[in-house]
Parts: sequence; structure tokens; C-alpha cells
Amino acid sequence: MSAALDVRDLHVGVGAVPAVQGVSFALARGRRMGLIGESGSGKTVTALAIMGLLPDGLHATGAAIYDGDDLLTLPEDRLCKLRGDRLAMIFQEPMTALNPVMRMGPQVAEPLRIHRGLSRGDADQEALRLLERVQIPDAAEKMRAYPHQLSGGQRQRAMIAMAIACSPDLLIADEPTTALDVTVQAQVLQLLDHLVEEEGATLLLITHDLPVVAQICDQVMVMYGGRIVEVGETEAVFSQPRHPYTRGLLDAIPPIDRDLPDRHLKAIAGSVPGLGEFPSGCPFRTRCPRADEACLEMPAMAGNGHPVACWHPVG
Amino acid sequence: MLAGAALVGLVIAAAVLSFAWTPKSPTHVVIPDRFLGPGQRGYLLGSDQFGRDVFSMLMVGARNTLFVGIVAVGIALGLGVPLGGLAALRRGSAEELVMRGSDVMLAFPALLLAILFAAVFRPGTLTAMVAIGLAFTPVFARLVRGAGLQVLAQDYVTVARTFGSSSSAIFRRHVLPNVASVLIVQATVAFALAILAEAALSYLGLGTQPPTPSWGRMLNDAQNYLSQSALLALWPGLSIALSVLGFNLLGDGLRDLLDPKLQPRESQIRGGMS
Amino acid sequence: MAVMLLTRLGILVLSLAAASLLIFLVVQVLPGDPAQVVLGVNATPEALAQLRHQMGLDLPLWQRYLIWVGGILHGDFGTSQVSGAPVAELLRQKLSVSVPLALMGVAVSILISVPLGVIAGVRYRHLSGTVISALSLGGIAIPAFWAALLLITVFAIRLRALPAGGFVAWSDDPVGAFRSLLLPAISLGLVQGAILTRYVRSAIVDVLGEDYIRTARAKGLTRSQALRRHGFRNAAIPVVTVLGVQLTSLLVGAVVVENVFYLPGLGRMLLQAIGNRDLIVIQATVMLLTGVVLVVNFLVDVSYRLIDPRIRATA
Repeated sequence: MSAALDVRDLHVGVGAVPAVQGVSFALARGRRMGLIGESGSGKTVTALAIMGLLPDGLHATGAAIYDGDDLLTLPEDRLCKLRGDRLAMIFQEPMTALNPVMRMGPQVAEPLRIHRGLSRGDADQEALRLLERVQIPDAAEKMRAYPHQLSGGQRQRAMIAMAIACSPDLLIADEPTTALDVTVQAQVLQLLDHLVEEEGATLLLITHDLPVVAQICDQVMVMYGGRIVEVGETEAVFSQPRHPYTRGLLDAIPPIDRDLPDRHLKAIAGSVPGLGEFPSGCPFRTRCPRADEACLEMPAMAGNGHPVACWHPVG
Repeated sequence: MLAGAALVGLVIAAAVLSFAWTPKSPTHVVIPDRFLGPGQRGYLLGSDQFGRDVFSMLMVGARNTLFVGIVAVGIALGLGVPLGGLAALRRGSAEELVMRGSDVMLAFPALLLAILFAAVFRPGTLTAMVAIGLAFTPVFARLVRGAGLQVLAQDYVTVARTFGSSSSAIFRRHVLPNVASVLIVQATVAFALAILAEAALSYLGLGTQPPTPSWGRMLNDAQNYLSQSALLALWPGLSIALSVLGFNLLGDGLRDLLDPKLQPRESQIRGGMS
Repeated sequence: MAVMLLTRLGILVLSLAAASLLIFLVVQVLPGDPAQVVLGVNATPEALAQLRHQMGLDLPLWQRYLIWVGGILHGDFGTSQVSGAPVAELLRQKLSVSVPLALMGVAVSILISVPLGVIAGVRYRHLSGTVISALSLGGIAIPAFWAALLLITVFAIRLRALPAGGFVAWSDDPVGAFRSLLLPAISLGLVQGAILTRYVRSAIVDVLGEDYIRTARAKGLTRSQALRRHGFRNAAIPVVTVLGVQLTSLLVGAVVVENVFYLPGLGRMLLQAIGNRDLIVIQATVMLLTGVVLVVNFLVDVSYRLIDPRIRATA
């Protein structure tokens, strides 16, 4: 079975400053991959590069193979046919990601109008069904509402409705619950989980929230300083983290539902450097308790099943 | 910014120099030298219908332009800043009065007010300056009030108040320094608008009166001789446009320099990086 | 909605009243004796007394104001002291020149500013965008009456394509009337268009950086589709808010430009009235112009509230 998406040696630069450096990964069809890391690690840029939606001034090289085509070199018109149909994306901030002067109905119906060529009436009917599917109360009434008249959770539900409108193969969700209240977060996440299951879509879930990954992802990638530093099955990575950075992230969350030995909460030393201020070699070496001279050179990803990019892996 | 400063500097230099020296007399009529082209017989930019040296007239005209701008903006600042400060400090009916008053004044474009004044009083430089200055006053009053309210809400001002600082002391020490940069930018922009308004008034014959050379009236004169010498209409207009451009560029530059909030784009690129 | 309209309408009426009071004071009170202004310093006492009586100056001030305002409300603007004609009739004649001129000027400025502003906004990183920005900055600095002189030189004197001045009545020769308004309208529209171009440009640049444009593109819309369907209406909000100021300065510009082209409009009448010291005509014309400014601002205020659903709800 071929991969739903195969990213090879992706580099993204802001001018001469690298934001993503040599990222490679494959998403198995129908599975859920979590992409975790602190803000500034290059997660969002990776997602936008795959979608071909990088802001002006950012340029991507490498390859992102979907269905035999390289998304990075695909002509814009073919990319437009894929986006919103086969590839969909949910954004972090549902308030600004929705058009403030357009009613919800037409916004949700838009992908269907573009890709399915539905008439206005048919698309509206379908949009209503979608809003009901994402469990927005009074969906018929909300069709005529403007974004500012919806709650944060409802807005994000509507974003999800737009994303799944055409039953995409690949769904990228970029911090879909970060901007929401804690109680609403769980509901929206559950909904997303449920819909991905129903549609049989492949999910790439970007978050800095580790419990979220533990809850719904099969596999997880850890990103730091524009590089992937560890990949593996969620269970393996969470129970036996190999990269000191992953270890640090796990140590920083309070163990509620996890059966871990008595451990103090520890913060990772220092803070994420600014863009272009990462050290040469292993980007984590200035914050890493295990760093030595070997780390002056960037280690390659090594190990079967649960590879890690570290000269001195944990455990 | 640099280009703006250079253009403004050029106008100021021409105006200052004209007090001491002009290539020829700007008012001396030499009938045989009418309608000379640029460079002919020592007329740098040619001569007008009375054989006067256009370049010298432009230099003296710069003086007039700057004078009107300075006085008009001075009036607007002199009235607007205290009124705005009063509105911010006193609140209540004083504020209401200033704000409603400025609403009504804002309905009168500077030029229309100047025309009205010219109709009722004697048309002239003074009338024009006062009218333009009055028309700009509300802009400054609102600016100072808005900034003043913000500053007065700060904790350190409350502290100063509890220690018994007088209103005017608070205004001078805390409000003014905070609005100074915005005022400078706004004054620069107002200066450009004042130049345009004065030029239009003088063109209509309601501004600067003869024999004082003014760019606007030179254009009015030139209109009668467009078929003989179209260039006569070029130079004064170019002088107006370049001065206005200079002040606008200077204002834009100062805004970027003084107001770090308005540095766009860079942050947006970074925003997409998370 | 209805409340918003009523509130705005109330503000409009109050502003009109305040403006009329101000104009009345400036014309009737500031100069001391209006009759003296009309007749000049060499008038005989008998002539002054007669004119004072004719102008109703022997009545108390507040009565004179009420009579004037009451007259306006009935369409009676008084009688010209110079020609003896009813001012309302004069205004009506002049408006048949000034209104088409202003509308044509607006049309020219929109035809210039919308396409150029959009191009400059979309291509703000390219040479073409920079060139348009620079040109518009230059255009702002040009006084409309100078642009008029240059246009006359080229199109009327050199090319003899259009009249340099004068006006034939619409009823005599509609095409000729249109042609005689063409150069004045272009000189007005060029300068206003340059100013408006800058507003359109910055609105487009801002909108293109918004998240909802990215969402639209994630749905599969092309760049230009996203701008058309989601960008323009949002960009219109800041542009419409400055439109009022623009129309005001265009109206004032028209007063000057009418004098450049010897067009028998309001501006020309105003200037002639100043020459003749015809106070009643001056007072009426300024009141009419100010009234138009206030009404235009009211309409702009209401229309941008209609465009933006967020403000519509809260007004």
C-alpha cells in the first residue's frame, strides 16, 4: 500500500534563513499522524508548504508526493483542483480564518460549488447537512449567521465542515483546538476524530499539546528547529521517548492518566531560539543535558520502526 | 524620507535666499523681454507676459507658500492643542462642546471656509491663512484629545494626580510629550494641504494679492497665455507639486520613524512561522 | 438597523442646523453691517438704510435666521441683490452643470483608482506595484487646477480635440455638453483617483494577508478568485470610509476647476457672487455645498455600516 503523502527532503527558507531543513516523512493511508513541537519549530510552515499556501517571501524545495504528483512543483491550476477537494486544511484561529462579511452558509458551501459544481440550492442543502454533521445547534439558522455571531467552538466546527465537505483523502489540522476553551477543545477533538474515522481520511494533526496526540493519533513525529528529530508509533514514543527533546516535552506535562513512575515536572532548559538563531549541528544541543562535541554535527535519523536523530538517545 | 527632506529643504533654501538675492528682480517689468524661453538672455526659466524673470518669481513665491503654511499650521496647532487638551482633562461639557464644535467645523472643507472668509472679509493672504488654520484646528484637537485620554488612563498619571499636580502640569509633562510625534507628522501633512489650499485660493484671486508673487496666481496669469507659452503654466505648478510631494514624503518618513506600531508586513511573515 | 438609521439621521439634521447657524453668523454677523459690505464704503446713508430694510436687517438676529432657514426648508433661498433673480432658480440652473461634473469626476477617479489600486496591492512586491505607488504619490501632490491647465494645453490647444472652456446647455447639445465636461472631470478625477489608489492599494495589501484569504485558497480557489469572492468586500470597508472625505474634496475641487474652464456651475457663481458682493447668493451657495457634504457623509456612514455586518449589529 502506497503512502497517502510522501514528503522528501523538504526545505523552506525565509529569504536566506532556513525555517524547515530537510524534513522527510510518509503518511500511511488512513492513519493519523501527530506532528508535535513548540511554536517556532516549523510545524505550520511544513503544512503550508505541502498545501502550497506559503506566505509571500517563503520558498519550498524538495518534494511532497501525493498520488504520483509532486505538490511542490504541480502547476497552480492543478493544485487548486486538489485543494479543498482531495487535500484539506483546518486552521488554528477560526475567528480570523472565516470571512467576516460572508454568511456561514455560502462559506461552507463554497468547496462544493467549486469542486462538485453544485448549484447554489444543492450546495446550500449539502452545507446544511454538513453543519448538522458537525453538530452545530440550529444549523438552519446558523447558515444565515455571520462568523462573529457564532461561538469559538461553533466557528471551528464550521471550519471542519468546510474541510470535510468534499471527503478529502488528506486532512491537515493545524492546532485546531488551541484557540478554544478547554471544555470545548475536547468536544471538537472528539468530533474531528469521529469524522476522520467515518471518512477514512488520512490525518496530519499539528499541535503542541501532547495529550491531544496521545488521544487520537496512531503515530507521532517530533519537530525541533525545523527538523524532524523522532518518529514512531504513539505508544512507543510516549512510553519510551528516545530524543532528549521528546523526553523534555513529556516531562513537562503533568501525568494524569499516565502510569508513569513518580516524576517531578521539569521544564526544558532555556527557550526556543528565534528563527535563524538555532545553533549549527543538532539544533537542540544548546538546551540539551546530553550534548557534547559530537553534537556539533547534525545526526541522521537512525533506527528501525522508531528512528531518532540524536548521537546520544535516551534509554 | 530623504527625498522629502531634500525637497522641503530646497523650498526653504529658495525662500531664504530670495530675501538676499534673486537672479533678476521678480517684479521688474521689461516689456521687450516678454515670453522668453528658458535660458534666453539670462532668464533661467524664461520670462512672463511682462518680461519678469519666472525663476526669481518662483523663489519669492516659495517665501509666500512657506509663510502661509507656517501661519496656518501654527493657528491650527495653537488652537487645536489647548482645545484638545481641555477636552481630555476637563471631560464633561467642555469635552462635549469641543467635540461637537469640531464635528461641525469638519463639515467645512478648508478651501470652502477660506472662500467664505474671502467673501465676507477682504481677500488676502491673512484671510486665507486664518481660514485654512481654522479649518485644520479640529483635526489637531481630536488628535490631542484621543491621545490625552489614553495617557490620562495610565497609572503613572493617576499617581501624579494624587500627588497634586495641576491639570496643566500633567498636560505639559505627560500628555504633550506623548502626542508630540503624532502632532509633528500631522502638522507635516497639514502643511502640504495648506500649500494646496493657498495655491487654489490665489489662483481664484482670493488669496495672495498682487504684486506679491505667488505660485497660484502665476498659474492664473499663465492660463491667459497658454497658446503663447505653455511653459509658463509648467513651472509654478511643478513648484507646488514638488513642495507638496516633499512634505508628504517627509510626513510618511516621519511616521515610519516615530511610530513603530506602523511597521507592517515583517510581523505578518513571522506570524506565519509558528 | 432602523435604530442605526434614525440615529444617523438625527446626527445629520443636527449637523445641518449647526452648519447653517455657523454660515449665517459668518456672513451676517462677522462683517458688522451686511448692507455696508454689499454697497461698499462710499454708499450714501439713504441707500444703506433702504438696503437694510430690503434685506430685513432691521429685524432681530434670531428672526432673520429663522426666516432664512424657514425659507430654505420651503425651497426659497432668497433673492439675489445683484440680478434680482430668485436664488433657488439660480442654484437649480447651476446644479445642472455641477452635479454631472462631480459625478463624472467620481466616475473617473473610481475608474482610475480601483484597477490601479488592486494591481498595486496584488503586486506590491513587484516593480509594477511600486511604480503605481510612486505615481499615485506624485498624483496626490498635483493641484487639480494645474492638472486642468496641463490638460487644456495638450488636448485643447495642441490637439484641438476638446473645448478649453465654456458650456453648451444639455438641452441644446447633449454631446457638446458632455464634451465640455470631459476635461474638467478628468482633471478632478485624476487627482482624487491618485489619492484613492493609495487607499485601495493598502486595503488590498491588508486583506491579502488575512487568514480568511488563506482559508479560501485552501478550499481550492485561485488567488484571484479568493480576492474577488472574499477580498473585495472586506477591502471595500476601509475604502468606503474614506470615500466621504474624498467626495468632499472633489466637490471643493470642482469649485476651482469650474473657474478654470469657465463652466457656469455653482463654483463659478460663487466666485462671481464674491466679486459682486452678493451676500445672499454666497450664503445660499455655501449652505448648499455644506449640506451636500453632510448628506454625502451620512450616506457613506450608513453604507459602510451596511457592508460590515459586525458594525451593523452594534450601531
